[in-house]
Amino acid sequence: MNVSLTNLEACLALLAAWGGIGLAGMLRPRSLRFAGRTLFPLGALCGIAIAVGAAMHLGAPPESAVLPFGLPGMPFHVRLDALSSVFLFLLGSVSAAISVFSAGYFRQGEGTMPGLLCLEYHAFLASMGLVLLADDAYSFMVAWETMALSSYFLVTTQHRIPEIRAAGFLYLLIAHIGALAILLSFGVLQGGTWQFTFDAMRAAHLDPAWASVAFCLALFGFGAKAGLVPLHVWLPEAHPAAPSPVSALMSGVMLKTAVYGVLRVTFDLLGTQQWWWGLVALGIGLLSAFYGVIFAAVQIDMKRLLAWSSIENIGIVFTGVGLTIVFKGAGLVQLAALALIATLYHCLNHAYMKSLLFLGTGSVLHATGERNLGRLGGLIHSMPWVAWLTLIGALAIAGLPPLNGFVSEWLLLQAFLFAGDIPHTFVNMLLPVGAAVVALCTALAGYVMVKFYGVIFLGQRREAALSSAKDAGVSERLGMGVLALGCLVLGLVPSQVIRLLDAAARELLQIPEGHWGAQWWLLAPSATRHASYGPLALFALLLLTLLLAAYGVRLLYRRRVRRSAPWDCGFAAMDARMQDTAEGFGQPIRHIFEPFFLMTRELPGAHDQHPVYRVTVGDRIWRLLYLPLARATHATANLVAHLQQGRISTYLTYSFVTLLLLLAFVL
Amino acid sequence: MTPLSAATQLLEVVSATLAAPIFLGWVNQCRAWLQNRTAPSVLQPYYGLRKLLHKDAVLAENASPLFRAAPYVVFGTMVVAAAIIPSMGTGLPMSAAADGIALVGLLATARVFLSLAAMDVGTAFGSLGARREMMVGFLAEPALLMILFVAALISGTTSLPLIAEGLSSHALGLYPSLAFTAVAFVLVLLAENARIPIDNPSTHLELTMIHEAMLLEYSARHLALMEWAAALKLFNYACIGFALFVPWGAGNEAAGPLGLLLAVPLLALKLIVAGAVLALIETLSAKLRVFRAPEFLATAFLLAVLGLLVHLLLGA
Amino acid sequence: MNPLPLDMQLLNACAALLLLLSFSMLAQRRTVNLVHLLALQGALLVVATLIVAWRTGEAHLYLSALLTLALKVFGLPFLLHRLIRRMNVYWDTEPVINPSATMLIGLLVVVFSFGLAQPISALASTATRSTLGIAIAVILLSFLAMITRRKAMSQVVAFLSMENGLFFGAMSATYGMPMVVELGVALDVLVAMLVLGVFFFQIREQFDSLDLCHLETLKERE
Repeated sequence: MNVSLTNLEACLALLAAWGGIGLAGMLRPRSLRFAGRTLFPLGALCGIAIAVGAAMHLGAPPESAVLPFGLPGMPFHVRLDALSSVFLFLLGSVSAAISVFSAGYFRQGEGTMPGLLCLEYHAFLASMGLVLLADDAYSFMVAWETMALSSYFLVTTQHRIPEIRAAGFLYLLIAHIGALAILLSFGVLQGGTWQFTFDAMRAAHLDPAWASVAFCLALFGFGAKAGLVPLHVWLPEAHPAAPSPVSALMSGVMLKTAVYGVLRVTFDLLGTQQWWWGLVALGIGLLSAFYGVIFAAVQIDMKRLLAWSSIENIGIVFTGVGLTIVFKGAGLVQLAALALIATLYHCLNHAYMKSLLFLGTGSVLHATGERNLGRLGGLIHSMPWVAWLTLIGALAIAGLPPLNGFVSEWLLLQAFLFAGDIPHTFVNMLLPVGAAVVALCTALAGYVMVKFYGVIFLGQRREAALSSAKDAGVSERLGMGVLALGCLVLGLVPSQVIRLLDAAARELLQIPEGHWGAQWWLLAPSATRHASYGPLALFALLLLTLLLAAYGVRLLYRRRVRRSAPWDCGFAAMDARMQDTAEGFGQPIRHIFEPFFLMTRELPGAHDQHPVYRVTVGDRIWRLLYLPLARATHATANLVAHLQQGRISTYLTYSFVTLLLLLAFVL
Repeated sequence: MTPLSAATQLLEVVSATLAAPIFLGWVNQCRAWLQNRTAPSVLQPYYGLRKLLHKDAVLAENASPLFRAAPYVVFGTMVVAAAIIPSMGTGLPMSAAADGIALVGLLATARVFLSLAAMDVGTAFGSLGARREMMVGFLAEPALLMILFVAALISGTTSLPLIAEGLSSHALGLYPSLAFTAVAFVLVLLAENARIPIDNPSTHLELTMIHEAMLLEYSARHLALMEWAAALKLFNYACIGFALFVPWGAGNEAAGPLGLLLAVPLLALKLIVAGAVLALIETLSAKLRVFRAPEFLATAFLLAVLGLLVHLLLGA
Repeated sequence: MNPLPLDMQLLNACAALLLLLSFSMLAQRRTVNLVHLLALQGALLVVATLIVAWRTGEAHLYLSALLTLALKVFGLPFLLHRLIRRMNVYWDTEPVINPSATMLIGLLVVVFSFGLAQPISALASTATRSTLGIAIAVILLSFLAMITRRKAMSQVVAFLSMENGLFFGAMSATYGMPMVVELGVALDVLVAMLVLGVFFFQIREQFDSLDLCHLETLKERE
């Protein structure tokens, strides 16, 4: 029998397999061995298969299908097009690496049972896959909510700790407010046809005002999931609370589903875009990028630092989205394609680099039990594998050539740079300022990463216990290694990656074929005359000079190397507490960007026997936006509470009056 | 790749690497003259390098492999940067692989490795220097990028040799936007090369220094490479300045080998003048407090952005 | 790539330098240097006026240039320097907002005024129209400088620089104001300067300082 599966069917089958693996975990819920040795590796295999299937589908025409389940009259519609494929590839490949890592990561006795954890984990993966494949509002929302719920349970794995429960609750709350906005956006998008398939939405013609409402709702809803400022508050709470592989998955993959949602709604479901939407997205993106990176620079918890850095990167992604909309609205389709490719590229990059860093923190956390940067240090000696692999991620996210973070930065800056001829004067003037902000954020990301890496892995051990830290196990190394390799590959052969992304960009922006990609040995957006970037050659030359320098020095002077105590300007009594702390490293940023932070300082007095200096940095947005909102909610709830009397006859009166009113209204 | 361009490329890399210390020596000599001191020889940096290369290297007990690798990486990055900056000729094959944005990225790579290495031993001064270096860097890097952007917008490309060619081809064009960027560039150059208003290359007063603080734990060949890299960085910055603001005279394909030969003395002349001016600026200004450094660099950054805006307004 | 004739390029360069000077004024902390910058701004105005005069052949612009030279390059700075010497106010105190933030606001002001000027200059028929945006920016930046200074002396310098901006704006939009108006304005500025000089002495008599925050105590009710 000849069984030929279409790519879509294969992907669906693999998603179902993920679900099956998750359920299998419940067979032996307490067995760590079964989940770790069997189920997680199987899940990784599924992930690889999905990535391969999605990559093969790129460039092929969309496939769609109707699944035989769902509500009566509302079956699940699914569709696999180029945009879905890009994000499915991201999901599959990154989750495969994370699953391999997870196989060796989870320990007994950490909150949730391993089998249940396995179920939640794979349900999370499968629901993210379904979000990417959904082709009607109903199935999209079902998948979206499953994703939110399963990730909520994953965040609260260690549910006995009150802070983690609080973080989970905050996450769930904002996720649901976001979901509500998305639902409303779909409600607007159907445009009076009451057909909730995406096909119907594509066909529906909205007038500009309603289209704008739909866009804003979608931006709000997906922005809440992505962690855009000012809806970002859950992110720095939830990421540190979750186990590291889950943080990696949430930051690396789940945030990208929100980007996918925005792209899907804006370019696919809404046929025409207005250029000012782009300005909104651009402004929010730049704000998030800047806000995220300066807060990342002052964090002292390593996972919180990475969470803020995720906000920064999502901000950059949305900057790209905004730029794409502006270009598309102004009719500059080639530039729009460039900006969209930069956006997609950055999504891919961030998925790899941030997952790698989160996994690195996971290994550090397991080896030392510490998340506080003030108690780490010098781990490069005891955990060389983790240290060197994390270094790749840190350099990549700092946007340094020839790694991958630089490629998307390069593409985005090129898009900004050659934006010159937009017919709107103010936009023309604002774009260079935007480019400057992006440049500033990238440079600040370098600052953040030097702090992150330097304080955790370099220097002296700040606690004596750190010397006994054990390096990560084989599967953890393997998972991180795959991601590090991904960072390298994405950095070194960008033109090959872009050839794939280009298909998605063309399909989404409806640009006819042939305008792009005349020559692909170099990365050259419009023409090599204008700008080009060839990381392979650059890397080769760098290696060559490095080796030549090393060889030359060795050849000329074969002197020995002696080890002695650090010199430190002849200061003899040096100890680990004298090196710069995480707080200290953030001091210039606190000083320069002081108005953005809510700082409380505790300074020692002149005669303190045990002087304490402490500074905490808070988020002003909490105080300005969320606390008033919470107070208002509370006050409203108190008002409503007057209704509650506890006497049955009062309640019956309420019902009676309601009944009377309704009858009067109806008749 | 024609033989000529390959020759230009090779000549540039080798001569930049070899001649960088002499430029530093020249700046130091000018400074000494201006300060009424007996000037050291122009070749003093070479003597220093030779001395360092002859010594036994002393490493701190807890120095990691990163610490030993960093000098090579920093040095290598600077050499690669020299390969893509047009100093003598504009026909550089390597410049297709790395444009102005990549150049900024390369310089950032060097900075990050230098700072990481400074944090590696875990001394108070090293990490202090690393923190300050990154503080200077996060403002100087976008400023440099914006400066390159202005030139890129004028000439319609981000490739440095093409920028230099484009700017030199209309010799009488006045670009007001370049006036802004020129000021910004001088500020960035001073800050990035640890020159006086921000840092003092000749000080060893611990609390005021940035660059030297990061090198405290290095010795012998590692220190030599770091110092060589610093000299090369100064040379590179000078050449970026020439490419953007005085691009005339760099040999191109059309000028042939003769143009390349002519470009060598011209570059020397430019370097002599630039070195003297740099020494003058340093002598005339006083070192800023570290807290003032962000203001100084923010000024550079804003001026560069302003240049971009002026370009958009005036079209030049 | 740069099709403008040389004189127009020169004019654009003057305009850009004017803007640069305005920014330097925002960043400058010393009052003496502020006056130097003001004189330099005046000199640039003279050059710009001469270029426009040469290009358009309007005779009154030569006169206007001469007037500017006398008043703005020599007259007012001389008066200001004398005031500074006599009142010994070489330094300004810390400005109200820190200089980096001021310059950032300044940048946004520039974006705003460039965006504002582009539609207007598209309507104007003069060859100098592209510099209109810069003129508006100079005016607004001087305004900003007045806001961020505490000392009366620096505020006056900023005020004069604003007048320079207005003058430049008039020239870019309509090749200068009519001679009568120009003479009147010049006279006004001179008189204003003299009156302000008197005020300075009065303020200092009263409060022993030129810091304007002392004026806050003059209000009637707390």
